[in-house]
Amino acid sequence: MNRLQNLFETKRNILSIYYTAGYPSLGDTVAIAEALEESGADLLEIGFPYSDPVADGPIIQASSKQALDNGMDLKLLFEHLKGLRAKVSIPVLLMGYVNPVLQFGVENFCKACAEVGVDGCIVPDLPMTEYEELYAPIFKENGLSNIFLITPQTSPERIQKIDGLSNGFIYLLSSSATTGQNLQVSDNTAAYFSRISELKLKNPTMIGFGISSKETFDKACSYANGAIIGSAFVKSLDAADLKGSVKAFMQKFKP
Amino acid sequence: MSYFVNEKGYYGDFGGAYIPEMLYPNVEELRQNYLNIINDADFQKEFHQLLKDYVGRPSPLYLAKRLSKKYNANIFLKREDLNHTGAHKINNTIGQILLAEKLGKKRIIAETGAGQHGVATATVCALRGLECVVYMGEVDIKRQAPNVARMKMLGATVVPATSGSKTLKDATNEAMRDWINNPVDTHYIIGSVVGPHPYPDMVGIFQSIISEETKKQLIEQTGNDQPDYVLACVGGGSNAMGMFYHFIDDEKVKLIAVEAAGRGVDSGFSAATTTLGKEGVLHGSRSILMQTHDGQVVEPHSVSAGLDYPGIGPQHAHLFKTGRGKYVSITDDESLQAGLLLTQMEGIIPAIESAHALAYLEKMEFKGGENVVVCLSGRGDKDMDTYMKYFNL
Ligand SMILES: Cc1ncc(COP(=O)(O)O)c(C=O)c1O
Repeated sequence: MNRLQNLFETKRNILSIYYTAGYPSLGDTVAIAEALEESGADLLEIGFPYSDPVADGPIIQASSKQALDNGMDLKLLFEHLKGLRAKVSIPVLLMGYVNPVLQFGVENFCKACAEVGVDGCIVPDLPMTEYEELYAPIFKENGLSNIFLITPQTSPERIQKIDGLSNGFIYLLSSSATTGQNLQVSDNTAAYFSRISELKLKNPTMIGFGISSKETFDKACSYANGAIIGSAFVKSLDAADLKGSVKAFMQKFKP
Repeated sequence: MSYFVNEKGYYGDFGGAYIPEMLYPNVEELRQNYLNIINDADFQKEFHQLLKDYVGRPSPLYLAKRLSKKYNANIFLKREDLNHTGAHKINNTIGQILLAEKLGKKRIIAETGAGQHGVATATVCALRGLECVVYMGEVDIKRQAPNVARMKMLGATVVPATSGSKTLKDATNEAMRDWINNPVDTHYIIGSVVGPHPYPDMVGIFQSIISEETKKQLIEQTGNDQPDYVLACVGGGSNAMGMFYHFIDDEKVKLIAVEAAGRGVDSGFSAATTTLGKEGVLHGSRSILMQTHDGQVVEPHSVSAGLDYPGIGPQHAHLFKTGRGKYVSITDDESLQAGLLLTQMEGIIPAIESAHALAYLEKMEFKGGENVVVCLSGRGDKDMDTYMKYFNL
C-alpha cells in the first residue's frame, strides 16, 4: 500500500494543502512541506508553475509568475525534492499544467517523481483519453496515482469512467470555477455533493476550490474524505517569516 | 494523407482537447453537436443569407493590375477587407452566433487581439440581442483604440487582460477563465482556428467560404480554378485556413502562410511560431508554440496585434510538419512598407496583418503568368495610428 492509499484507509477529515513550488522564494519548497507536516497537514499538493494557468484565479496566477521569475522549473524542482523524503513523510502530489510535463517528457517526469518520493499527480489539462491511451502505463510503472477532477457539470457516466481510471482519490470541485473563490455551499452544491456520495465510488473524494475557513473546511468534510486548501494558504505565506506564517495559518484548521 | 481532422479531433500529431474538466461539458456539448447543426439545411440557409445580405458576400476577387505588373504575375486580392466590420472575422462570428443560439446560450464571450474579432463578435451579438463580453490585452486596447470604441458602441463590455504580455494570448486566458466560471449559459466564440477540438475544425469550416468563392471567381476570371499560389497571414490562422481550405487536397496549389517576424526572428521580439516554436500544448490543443525549454509560453511580439500570438492552430502545425504548406515570416518594417505600397499602387489601405502576406510577394520569384491569390484579410482603418507614426504622415 502506498502513502496515499494508506492515508485514506486510516484518516478522515483529511486536510490537503496546495502551494506553488519556488514561491515566495526559490528554495522554500521543502521548508514549506516540513512546516506543513509539523503543523498537521495530511497531504500536500506542490504546484509546479506555468506561464498560462487558465484554471487559476489571481492568487495562484501571481504565485506562479513569482515562482517563474525566481527561476523555478521542473528540473530544479526535482533537485530540491531530492531532500524531501528525509524530512517529510505525508503523501505528496505534484500539480500543474500539461505543457511543462510534455517538454520534460512524460516518462522522465514520472521517473523523477518516483525517485524523489512523489506519490501522484494532478494535471488538469491532460485529457482522460490521452492519459488512458498513452500515459497510464507509465504512471503505473512508477507507482504514481493520477488524480482527476470532477465538477457539478460532469455527467454520471463520465464520473464512473473517471472512478474506474483513478487510484488515489477524486478531486471534487465545489463548483465550476477558477481557483481562489469562496466556497458557498448552496442547496445546489449540497445536492451535488450528496449525489456524488450516493454514487458509491470506489475512490475516496476530496473537495477543493474555494475553501478558506475552518467553517468551509468542516462543511466540505461532511460530504467527502477531506478538503483541499490552495489560494487561501498561498496568500497567507509571508517570506519574512515563512514557518511562522505556515503555523499561524494551520492553527485555524488544526488547533 | 488527410489534412483534415480525424474522429479523435487530431490533425496528424496535432489537435485534441487539452482542457481542464471545468471546460469539458461545454466543449463536449459543442463537439457532439457542431456538425449536425452546421449541416442542417435551415442553418445553412440562414448562414448564407446573412453572409450575403449582412456581410456583403461574396467578397470580390480583384486582379490588382499595377501590383501584377510590378511582380510579373497575376496578383489577385481576395477582398475580405470589404466585409461588414472590415475583416474575415465576421464569417466565423456569424456562424458561431447561430450555433450558440441553437445550443440555447444567452451570453457570449470572446478574446480579441486587433479588435477585429471583438468587433465582429460584438456586431453579431447586437444583431441577435445577446450579451457580449470581450477580453482584450491592455497593450492592444491602447494600439487599437478605434475598435475598442466600436465594441463599446455596439454594447459589448470590454475587459482588459492585464497579465503576461497583455496581448492576445492573455486575452484568451481570461476568456477561458470566464468560461470556466460561467459553465452553463455562455458560449465562447473563439476567433481563430485555435483552441480545443472542435474549434479549429468549426472555425475552419466557417472561414472556408473564402476559398469556396475564390475557386468560382477564378473560373470566371481565368477559366481555371487552380491558382499557382495562395498566400495568407497567420496569427492563429483563420483567414489562412479559409483561404487554403478548398485548395488543401489539390497539391498543385502551393500554400504559403506568412507569420509575423516582429523585429526579426532572432531579435527576441518576434511571433514567427514555426521558426521559433516547438511542439506542445497551448490553449487546449497540441500544436506548435513559442516556449522555453521548460514549456513556459514565450511572449511574442508583432507590430500587428492580430498576429501577436505565440502559437498557430493545430491544422497549420500539421500542414507545416507535413510540408504541405510553406511557412515564412515577414518583419514589422517589411509589412508596413508593403501596406504603404498597396495603398499607393492600388488605393487600398490594408490591415497590417494582411500587409504581412502582401510583403512576401517581394520575396517570391515569378516567371510571368502565374496566378497568385493573396487573402486581404482586413482593412487598415484600425491601424491608421501605427501607419501615421511609422511614416510620419
Ligand atoms: C485583418 C486581420 N487579419 C488577420 C488576423 C489574424 O488572425 P487569423 O490568423 O486567425 O486570420 C487578424 C486578427 O485579428 C485580423 O484582424
